[in-house]
Amino acid sequence: MASPMNAQSEGSVVDQDATVTSSGTAANAGVSPTPSAPKRQKMDPRKKMFIYNAISIVAGIAIWWGLALTDLQLPTPPEVVAKAVELWDQGLMQEDIIASLTRVLTGFAIGSALAIPVGFVMGWYAPARGLFEPWIQFFRTIPPLALLPLVLVLLGIGEVPKIFVIFLASFLACVISTYQGVVSVEGTLINAARVLGAKDGTIFARVVIPASTPFILVGMRVGLGSAWATLVAAELLAAQAGLGFRMQQAQIYYDLATIFVNIIIIGILGLVMDRILLFTEAKLTGWQERR
Amino acid sequence: MTETQTMTEAKISIRGIRKTFEMKDSEFVALGNVDLDIQDNEFVTVVGPSGCGKSTMMNILAGLEEPTSGSAHVDGRDVHGPGPERGVIFQQYALFPWLTVRKNVEFGLKVAGVGKAERRERADHFIEMVGLEHFADALPKMLSGGMKQRCAIARAYAVNPSILLMDEPFGALDALTRVKLQEQLLDTWSREQRTVMFITHDVDEAVFLANRVVVMAARPGRIFDVIDVNLPYPRTVDVRLTPEFAELRNRVWHAVYHQGPDAVPYEQTK
Ligand SMILES: Nc1ncnc2c1ncn2[C@@H]1O[C@H](COP(=O)(O)OP(=O)(O)OP(=O)(O)O)[C@@H](O)[C@H]1O
Ligand SMILES: [Mg+2]
Repeated sequence: MASPMNAQSEGSVVDQDATVTSSGTAANAGVSPTPSAPKRQKMDPRKKMFIYNAISIVAGIAIWWGLALTDLQLPTPPEVVAKAVELWDQGLMQEDIIASLTRVLTGFAIGSALAIPVGFVMGWYAPARGLFEPWIQFFRTIPPLALLPLVLVLLGIGEVPKIFVIFLASFLACVISTYQGVVSVEGTLINAARVLGAKDGTIFARVVIPASTPFILVGMRVGLGSAWATLVAAELLAAQAGLGFRMQQAQIYYDLATIFVNIIIIGILGLVMDRILLFTEAKLTGWQERR
Repeated sequence: MTETQTMTEAKISIRGIRKTFEMKDSEFVALGNVDLDIQDNEFVTVVGPSGCGKSTMMNILAGLEEPTSGSAHVDGRDVHGPGPERGVIFQQYALFPWLTVRKNVEFGLKVAGVGKAERRERADHFIEMVGLEHFADALPKMLSGGMKQRCAIARAYAVNPSILLMDEPFGALDALTRVKLQEQLLDTWSREQRTVMFITHDVDEAVFLANRVVVMAARPGRIFDVIDVNLPYPRTVDVRLTPEFAELRNRVWHAVYHQGPDAVPYEQTK
């Protein structure tokens, strides 16, 4: 029973693909990919990579489906799709996505907006470094979520505590890397600007800021990842809406399909946000030597 | 102005400069009592063993470091901080990697508040001079080492300094590019008339370029010998093959590599 279903699933997913024939053959060759590789030597490596990715995803879903058909109590892919449609029709999915994204983006925006100037000040003025550093180092070792109980007591159970922990998660990641960006600006670049007549203000704006942009963007990416993880966990603990909250509710009713839907949404949204930052990074820091 | 004044007032003068660095429990003398005059339009090269304070001396002239004692003067004025009359070319190119070649060359002009159109015109002039016109919009990462160095030269020239301080600018280049850039440098120097202090490790290069070769010694960093190079300009590859060139190179070589207490004067080695 399991194996014909597998084949069918592979076929149906591949059919939706733009590269029907090539991924079809690739899926067949999937058992022994090496012998078939030399035949496709002329193929664009990116396309090849894409095919491998497609095989992997199809195989993953197939395994999931296979496991769901055994005794594991997992929902099957069609059940999850049906649940997703249901949640969408009820408007719950949109509501949850908006609630979660609003929180994470608000916290992330405030966190980064504050981290960048603080990081710059720390890197540029030694006294500021001395004042900020102990606190940043201390809070960095605490998972932001561990502060949630305290924050809930102090700030109540509204939006503020959740946004606060997300703010903290993204701030800490971003402030450290901004600071590191500033202190690792090459001395020769600063000297080059100085001998060309630049004074401190100009050096800061025209050398220090562009030179530390790659660090800042890496910090923002790490910050967003950590903010997203923190948010979902925070919603599991205390929320009235949001992706984490929905999963927590579903857990009570043993509703695995809803949990699956939300896990997938969390993954996709996290990936999309990361890709947006990655794209920005490529645009803004394409001047870097090594890549 | 009397004749003696014009005679004695050098473009660059270094008077009794001493530079020490604080170590853990001692002080390190990077430069101990250096005196040097460089005349207007002179091309002076500086050679010496690693760590003898060449870069330190140049950084003091550039205004990037203060001497511990003594003073440096440019055009009769004390050096405090960098100035537009002194262009510096660093060993590590030091191009701004996020700016195109043209924007790099325009940097100093922009800082000086030169208008957009004039900035571009002047930048393009120097970009053409160093032969990078086809790469004006390229980022430094797309340039070879020699091209980066030429861009750095154009950037320094663009602000029209009367003095060029160059710290081993061709150190990282292959022999062919190096020779080309040396000739190009001499060419523009003789056309645009500038005072040049050029640090190098390469004795050949030192003799080929200079009116005078300053040989330094280490511990403490000091001037060991100054050798006049009376070879006519323009100098071409052929100059390197003359016996006079060989003789001068030997003298400089001897001065650089026989600096110990038991040093024998070069004349006695023959
Ligand atoms: N900031 C500093 N702190 C301590 N010591 C320093 C510092 N800068 C330079 N020195 C020391 O001063 C000495 C001279 O340095 P400098 O860079 O001027 O040498 P150099 O002649 O340019 O050598 P090289 O040919 O290797 O470039 C070296 O021994 C170096 O260790
Ligand atoms: Mg040096």
